[in-house]
Parts: sequence; structure tokens; C-alpha cells
Amino acid sequence: MSGETGMPPTDFAFTSGNKKLAKAAVAKYPKGRQASAVMPLLFLAQRQSGGWLPTAAMEHVAGILDMPPIRVYEVATFYSMYNLGPVGKHHVQVCTNLSCWLMGSDEVADSCRKTLGVDFGETTEDGLFTLSEVECLGACVNAPMMQIGDDYFEDLDVTATEGILNVLKGGGTPKPGPQGAREGCEPAGGLTTLTEKPEAQGERSGEA
Amino acid sequence: MPKLTIDDSEVEVEPGFTVLQACEQAGIEIPRFCYHERLSIAGNCRMCLVEMKRSPKPVAACAMPAADGMVIRTNTPAVEKTRKAVMEFLLINHPLDCPICDQAGECDLQDQAMAYGLDHGRYRETKRAVKDKNFGPLIKAVMTRCIHCTRCIRFSTEIAGVQELGATGRGENMEVGTYVEKALASELSGNMIDLCPVGALTSAPYAFRARSWELRKTESVDVMDAVGSNIRVDVRGAEVMRILPRLNEDVNEDWISDKSRFACDGLRYQRLDRPYLRDGGKLRPATWDEAFAAVAEKVKATKARGIAAIAGDTADCEAMTALKDLMAALGSPHLDCRQDGAHLDASHRAGYLFNTSIAGIEQADACLLIGTNPRVEAPIVNARLRKRFLAGGFPVALIGKKTDLTFSHKHLGTTPNVLDKVASGAHPFAKVLNKAKRPMLILGMGALARQDGAAILAAARKIAEDSGMVNDGWNGFNVLHTAAARVGGLDLGFLPGKMGGRDVAGILDGAGMGEVEIVYLLAADEIDMDRLGGAFVIYQGHHGDAGAGRADVILPGGAYTEKNATYVNTEGRAQVARLAAYPPGEAREDWKIVRALSAVLGKPLPFDSLQQVRARMAEINANFAHTGVVAAPWGTFGEEGRLDPAPFASRLANFYMTDPISRASPTMAKCTEAFVNPARRRTGTDG
Repeated sequence: MSGETGMPPTDFAFTSGNKKLAKAAVAKYPKGRQASAVMPLLFLAQRQSGGWLPTAAMEHVAGILDMPPIRVYEVATFYSMYNLGPVGKHHVQVCTNLSCWLMGSDEVADSCRKTLGVDFGETTEDGLFTLSEVECLGACVNAPMMQIGDDYFEDLDVTATEGILNVLKGGGTPKPGPQGAREGCEPAGGLTTLTEKPEAQGERSGEA
Repeated sequence: MPKLTIDDSEVEVEPGFTVLQACEQAGIEIPRFCYHERLSIAGNCRMCLVEMKRSPKPVAACAMPAADGMVIRTNTPAVEKTRKAVMEFLLINHPLDCPICDQAGECDLQDQAMAYGLDHGRYRETKRAVKDKNFGPLIKAVMTRCIHCTRCIRFSTEIAGVQELGATGRGENMEVGTYVEKALASELSGNMIDLCPVGALTSAPYAFRARSWELRKTESVDVMDAVGSNIRVDVRGAEVMRILPRLNEDVNEDWISDKSRFACDGLRYQRLDRPYLRDGGKLRPATWDEAFAAVAEKVKATKARGIAAIAGDTADCEAMTALKDLMAALGSPHLDCRQDGAHLDASHRAGYLFNTSIAGIEQADACLLIGTNPRVEAPIVNARLRKRFLAGGFPVALIGKKTDLTFSHKHLGTTPNVLDKVASGAHPFAKVLNKAKRPMLILGMGALARQDGAAILAAARKIAEDSGMVNDGWNGFNVLHTAAARVGGLDLGFLPGKMGGRDVAGILDGAGMGEVEIVYLLAADEIDMDRLGGAFVIYQGHHGDAGAGRADVILPGGAYTEKNATYVNTEGRAQVARLAAYPPGEAREDWKIVRALSAVLGKPLPFDSLQQVRARMAEINANFAHTGVVAAPWGTFGEEGRLDPAPFASRLANFYMTDPISRASPTMAKCTEAFVNPARRRTGTDG
């Protein structure tokens, strides 16, 4: 793999499982409009390549979709969620946008820096963590938050952040979601409305 | 027709016009960077913002369709303020390097900053810097200057048909480039230099060589191919500094090929600047008198039928007229202008012209290419074909070497057998041609310059007649020439005389056997010099190429930028090239050389001025009397016969080097290395 040799891979092909998923993505669009599937296919390619997009993978996607490669590069470079260089096993993305910043993302970011020993945009020497600063990930209710891999970790503070990262360091799986007491994105101080048990479906309208 | 009010005056415009075009029609200039009339609309520079009634915000004039009842204002304080604001944004990251920028003096950003720029910057942060990209040996990229108008991207995608350029990244990190490091392979790439409104893309060979305001500009025509692109020759002192396209909707629109643009540095090298004589096997400098005396002595000792003349690919009509008349005065029928041996039939003008006309391609609805690769032989014609293809409903088929034409086409095969099948109607593509209302075919030199060329010409004529390509107001039969001199030569009848005149092959055979003793090469370099045998060779031309290497007498002439000369393009359009710089040293305009020689030979030609030569040309062929294209009457040409099953071969192996000028050009040599022979292994001594 790329991380081990330090050289980007020169060829890439979807695994048979990803090939099926790619086919399904292409099938969502009308005939002749297959290029519309470029983003889901890039996402699959990124996943398969260990969290980033080597040029070979982009070219493979271009070939499948019958697009000039430059059009694929344009898409891949436009969106910050496609990584164009190798990332660590755990890609730690800390939101520092307004809501998170007001709720203390600076401390979260500092604690990441301290725990991992790297700054934004850097990867730890063991190749385990890459730390990134990202824009709003759409979980403002549970600010501050960060995304690691596919999971959101919310309602963070310094200890929670350190805890999560240390579990990952130890090879464990931390609990995703809000790290505080609340469930999901309920109000922080407990429910203030809709407190009664919801009626079962259909009960109120008396439908059969 | 939508009627709208622009600055209190009412304008009626064509449907589909944009507000910007409507403003132009009303005589109001709207500043712009990204908008270009030949490219798709991007609307991303925001410089063309205007005020529109009932719109809360200013609108981009270039992207807003003109509609009935619109009220547009372009001269309000708000518009002025908007433009100033946009300009301020554009200048945030634009470097202040105009003093070392080649675009200065002809820069859209510079010009418009004079009108809308602030006198000081309010931006205290550092400017961004962008890594320069490799655009190949022709284009120098300074990407920090880029304002992201995307004209180059749209040009390469839409006109050139090379989808390699793009905009990567976004926002402040947006960059124009190829992402992966590679040179842009297009034979039209130089046009991006003209399109770039700033100094991001400038001409690499011209870098730091001259300032735009120092140049003397001469309107002329190009001779690097048979298209006759209209050009502007920019000269400083006696040196051609650069060549730019000149608008001609009927021929080259706004574009010229890279060879037309960049081969001009070949005019500085390998020049013949004085007469030479071969003395004891070696060429030595001579005077004009010596050279003429040597020719006169040899001519006197030779029978008339032992003299022959060949006109080359860039010979001008005036010189060919003079040489033809001189040969007639000497009594020799051996002259030919088809040095590639193409079986062009001069009996009917329609049989050797691009009858549809280049602009006429846009009216065609099916096309058959025979033995030609227009992308290499005439990139401007290929760009028209691509333009027509993009408009839709234009099936194209190719018989010849498989190639990438930048638009999709059917490859029917490589051999004349396929042509035979189409001619007999058995091939499915014959039905496509039959069904089309305005079908066309393009016959290349790869099909005509072979043993069975005449039979192929006849077969192509049959296809044209059978599929209704020739009817009232439409002629779909086209010959695509590769040499700027060819149609002019055919029009002038620079061809073997009736009394057993020899063609090029005959002349070469005759020279080899000793029957032809004197061969007069008028800028003819693309023949096999070894076959000239022991003949006495007179070479008249401007470059020390193959012809000069073999010559016994060299008469130095002028290149196409150094004489007032007529060239007839492949459509049959007579156009005039003008003297932009004087020929170097003792070299002279070509027709004058022949005229002077005729006096020494005792057969003085009856013209002493350019006007008189041109009158003589019009006397030979009335087409020289006017400048446009006249429809040529149809006739029977070609000779039916057996077709050789050998596949069609392309005449031009290397687009970048086809004539003495481009062969002498260091820029074209660099292009050859970059694009034609990229696989060549570099050795340690290459530097």
C-alpha cells in the first residue's frame, strides 16, 4: 500500500464489491448522464484506497464514467472531503466553525494537538492519526464536535477528546455520538417539550 | 425580436442575444474578462455587471439573455461603483509586475484598471502565489497573474477539443492547470495566449523579446498550410518578432495554428542572404552578376527542352507567373508546381478546390474524409469541422489512417477498396451521404499523391455526383491542399506544357538520365534531390534547406513576410501577403529576381512593376482580379482506373516541420521533441 512505500500507487481498480456499488450509483442517472455519478464513485475509490484518492484512482473513475480525467480532478480538488494525499488510519477532523468555536472548539483542537503531537494537516509518525481542521459538519446542536472515520463525536470537552483519542491509540472503539449525558440532539438540559410518551402510530386518528 | 432600452435609447436585437451583445449593438462597450464571443458563457469575472430595472442586484450582462421590455442602465454611479469593486477584488491577488510582464501594453486588465482601478490598494495582506504550470514549449505560464476567467479552459475544451485543462481547487485555492504535469498537446494551443486577458499565458518564444508598442504591424497571410489564415506580422527593426491571427470569418475566424504562429523564428536562421555559386564542388558567395552570368552561360549551352522548372510549396503567384513566362520564352514545356506528385487535374477548377469553402462547412450535414488528416494538414479546417460537429447532426467518416480528429467519427478503413465500395453505393455510409441534403467530402493529398491518384480523384468525383453533392448553390466536393502555393500554381497553369511537357516525376527521371540538364527550383525543397542526377540546379529561395544544399547556383529570395505576394488558398481565395520586413542582405523579392534574370538571358519579361505582374496574372486567370471566392463550374476530371489496394498514407509525418521555415525554427524543433517524438530516449549528453 501507499503508506508503506511512500510512492503513490500507479494502478487502481475497484474490488468486485465496489464495482457493484459503482454500477448501482451509475444506474441512478439517465443514460448518457453517467458522469453525474462521479462523486459517489470517488467516495468509493477513496474508501478503497485507505481514505484518500491517488491519481490512479481518479483516472479509473474517469475511465468508468467516460470522462476526461481533468474533469474528475476538478471535482476531487473542489471538495474538501476528498483527500488528495495519504491520511492516517484515523482521520480526525475537528470542526472550528462558528458554533463549535463558540462552544470551545479551540480547547478541543488543542487537546488533539497535545494528545497526538501533531498540528492540523499533519499525520502522526506511526501513521495512525491525521489531524484536520474542517468547516461545519452539520452537527451544531452538539457543538463542539469532531469526525473520526465515519463517526461523529459530539459535545466534546478536553477530557472527552483525550479519552476518545486514547481509546483509539489503544486499538479500541470509542463510543460515537454525544459524549455528555444527553441522547442524540435533545436539549442539553433535558426535554422541555413533547415530554409525554408518544402515542403509537395510527392511534390518534383512529385509522385502521 | 426583443426590444430593450439601454441608457434611454431603444435597441432591437436578434432573439438569443445577451444584454452584453445588445449593449454592443447600441454602441456601448461593457468591460469584460471572461466573456468571449466564440466561447461558451461562463459569467465568472463579474466585470460586466449592469443595472437592470426591477432587479434588486446588478446583473451580469454577458449571461443575461436580452428580453423584451428590459430597461438596462450602464452608466449610473452604482454601475461605476460595482465595476470598481470587482476590479479591486481582481487586483487583490494580481501581482504588480506589469514592468516585467509581456502582456503589458496589450493587457485587458491593465486597460480596464485604467478606467476602473483604484489609485491605491486597500488590501494589506500578502498576495497569493501560484506554482507555474507546464503548458509546453509554446506557452509561458505565470499562473500568479491568472484571474480565473477560464477562457483557456473553455477554448481547449470547446474549440481545440483537447480536454486536459481545468480549474482545480476552489475559492482562493483555485488554479488553472492540467493537475497532472503534462504539456498541452494541441495544434491550436497558441490561441490561448491571445485569449488570456492578462499575462498568465504568454508566448514562450517571444518572452522578453519586445514590447507591444515597439512593433510595426503588417496585415498579411500565412503560408504554413493551404488555409491562408489571415495574420498580422509584428516586426521590430528588420526582425519578425511574432505573428498573430487577424479576424476573417470566412477563413480562420479568430484562430491560427501553432505552426503559423510560432514558426516565424525560423526566419532568423539558415537564411540565404546573398547569391552563391558552386565552385569546385563547394558553394562560394557570389555577386548577383556572377550568379546570373553562370545561369546564362549554362542556358545558352542547353537546348530549350533540356530546361525544367519546379515550383515549391511556398512559392508566390507573382514569382510563378514570372518563371512560367520565362520558361515559355525559353521554349521549355517542362514545368510543374505539384512537387509532391499529386494527381491534381487542372482542367476544371472545381476539381482542385475546396469548393464548399471553409465557412461553408457549417452548412454541411455529412462528411467523408478521404486520405486526409485535417488536424495535421489544416488545423483551422479541422476546427471548423469540429465546430460543425458540436452543432449536432453531422456524421463524419474517415477513409485513411486512423487518428484522433478531436471529434467522433467513423473510421471506415484505410484502403481505397473502401472508397470503391462507397463509390459503388454498396457501403452503408453511401446511404448516409445520399440521405444528407448537403453532404461533403474532403480529399487529401494522401489520396492524390500516389500512383493511382487520378483514379481516386475520379472515384471521389463519382461519389460527389452520385450522392448529390453538387447541386444548385452547393458543392460538397473538396480538395484539401497542404501547400500554400498549390492552388495558385494550378490557377496559373504552372504545369507541364502540351508539347510533351514533363511533370515532377518526369523532370526527375529526365534529370537522372541526363535528358534534363537544367532544373530551376523555385523554393522547391520537398523533392528527392538525389534523383536530380548531374543536372545543373538553380535554386531560388530563402532558406538553406535541401534545395540549396544541392544547388549549383543559389538566387536568394524573400520569405512570405518579406514580399508583396499573392497566395491562393485551398478554397481558391486569392489573398495578398504584404512586405513586413525587407529580405536579408542581398536577397530580393522573387518575381524581381526572375525578371532580372530574364533580361540577362536576353528574353526580358514584359513587366517592370508589381501592378504589371498582377495584371499579367489576371490575364492568365481572371480569378486573380478579385479577392473573394467564386464558385467554380463543375466538370469531368480525374481518370477512371484501377485503384491500388495499398492503404492511404498521411503526407505530413510531423505537423511542426513541413517547409524550410518551420524546419529552421528552433521553436518547431522543441515542439517536435515534445509532441512528435516524446519517447526519444535522452542520453547523458543532452544536457
